[in-house]
Amino acid sequence: MNFRIISALVMRYLFLYSRSPMRLVELAFWPVVDLVVWGNVTVFIQKNTNPEFGSYVLFFLGGMILWDIMFRAQQGVAISFLEDVWTRNLLNIFVAPVRSSEYISATFIVGMLRILITAVVLSFISWFGYAFNVFQLSWWLIPFFLNLMLFGWSLGMISTALILRWGLAAESLAWAIPFFFQPVVAVFYRVEDMPAWSRPIAWCFPPTYIFEGMRDVMKSGTMNWDYLGYAAGLNILYLALAGWLFVWVLNLTRKRGLLTKFATQ
Amino acid sequence: MPPSPPDTREVILEAIDLTREFDGVKALDRFSFKLHRGEVLGLLGANGAGKTTAMNCLLGLTLPSSGELNAFGLPLQANRIKILQRANFSSAYTALPGNLLVWQNLLVFARIYGVPNPKKKIAELMELLEISHLSKRVTGQLSAGESTRVNLVKAFLNDPELLMLDEPTASLDPDIADKVRKVVRKVQRERNIAILYTSHNMRDIEEVCDRVIFLHKGKIVCEGTPADIIAQSSSDNLEDVFIKIARDGELLDEPKKDSAV
Ligand SMILES: Nc1ncnc2c1ncn2[C@@H]1O[C@H](COP(=O)(O)OP(=O)(O)OP(=O)(O)O)[C@@H](O)[C@H]1O
Ligand SMILES: [Mg+2]
Repeated sequence: MNFRIISALVMRYLFLYSRSPMRLVELAFWPVVDLVVWGNVTVFIQKNTNPEFGSYVLFFLGGMILWDIMFRAQQGVAISFLEDVWTRNLLNIFVAPVRSSEYISATFIVGMLRILITAVVLSFISWFGYAFNVFQLSWWLIPFFLNLMLFGWSLGMISTALILRWGLAAESLAWAIPFFFQPVVAVFYRVEDMPAWSRPIAWCFPPTYIFEGMRDVMKSGTMNWDYLGYAAGLNILYLALAGWLFVWVLNLTRKRGLLTKFATQ
Repeated sequence: MPPSPPDTREVILEAIDLTREFDGVKALDRFSFKLHRGEVLGLLGANGAGKTTAMNCLLGLTLPSSGELNAFGLPLQANRIKILQRANFSSAYTALPGNLLVWQNLLVFARIYGVPNPKKKIAELMELLEISHLSKRVTGQLSAGESTRVNLVKAFLNDPELLMLDEPTASLDPDIADKVRKVVRKVQRERNIAILYTSHNMRDIEEVCDRVIFLHKGKIVCEGTPADIIAQSSSDNLEDVFIKIARDGELLDEPKKDSAV
């Protein structure tokens, strides 16, 4: 891996964002809308029910913010790739001495920058608007953030592989992928509230451990350390699988001669 | 075909029995050639003859079904990155990201290729292609001819020893096409670059190429210098040779001169 090449690819996105401020607005728009809607619902419920129930409702807000981190990471990776497709730049990249690992690393970094921006905006609004201080999660926030980002990266690579294989027809699928996982990774409810048959599935995915952990931390200020271990271990596994899938699909498109058709269509 | 004199120049690019099938149809059929240092080789042939497929295989974008590819004496697949660092490519069908300014795009690629003193290099090349004034323009808003020349700047950035140009003059007006040909030729001579060149413009081929290969349905029909080929044929210009080969798949049959197109 060559850091110069990664930085060149990242530089391209910085130019892009500096040239089109609308893209920055887009980073904040949906998260803010979601947050305001959920925040207001939370306030409404807290005012009209008993305090104990009210405190549970805060879990929604926490879940929403953390979910968004994962979603943004996935999008960051997929969009970085799509930008190259949309602008017919992909061939220029593929005929340059850029390794897949360097290309992917650059999309990871772009994904990370995107979620940093989103996270700052969301934290700010939720604190001022709804007195939900994400920092009540204190330093747990760091492993939560990292684990969700890693899983977002894996999903981003899977989306990218799908687009690479099926072309822009798969684009909407690429957006939808994180939402396949939303029902099973216990974002807004506990695993024990899920149907029994689906619980083992839930525990197969790293975000489940993080969302369970988040609720534990909000309730009791601490969480099961094993959860972080499982989440990290599974994340490494998924990153490896997704990376393998991406490279496999890339080679497949070379074999079938799809790469150029797709890149110039 | 008369035997060509033994060539002692360094072989930059070599294909041996390159075959590429798509769904049972051979886009390239045992295609073999050598490209030497400092040589401009034109690939000619009708639409669908296999020129772009050949170039894509040579760039590692498409894997051959069979055959061997070497560049700079190294097997292509195993040394792709090393080879691409010394090569470059430009085509009328690719673009640089349209939403960036021209200088931003060029700077990104200069960094990717690790060009020392990139700003100076970019300025020099833009000057050479007479597009210095486009530096601060939005890439996507350039005319076809302007963006072709920007693409060429990108292609020259890393001082390639091997350059692949797929229809670089497509969509250029005759004046700009002429300038582009002259610049390509000038830079090519100065730096002794090996170029693989495709074009449907016979004027291009005659002016730029030292040697040409005619492809028909993925097979070599004939090769030689443009003058040789015209001499071998029953035509008196390359355009007619082209039409003959595109229609009949061969260079010669009963002599019949017909230059009316
Ligand atoms: N990915 C692909 N899948 C199926 N067939 C393909 C693919 N790529 C090329 N072909 C076929 O291979 C043949 C050669 O195509 P190629 O693009 O190499 O032609 P070309 O000589 O560059 O033509 P043109 O002058 O039109 O650019 C054509 O019949 C084309 O349809
Ligand atoms: Mg072509």
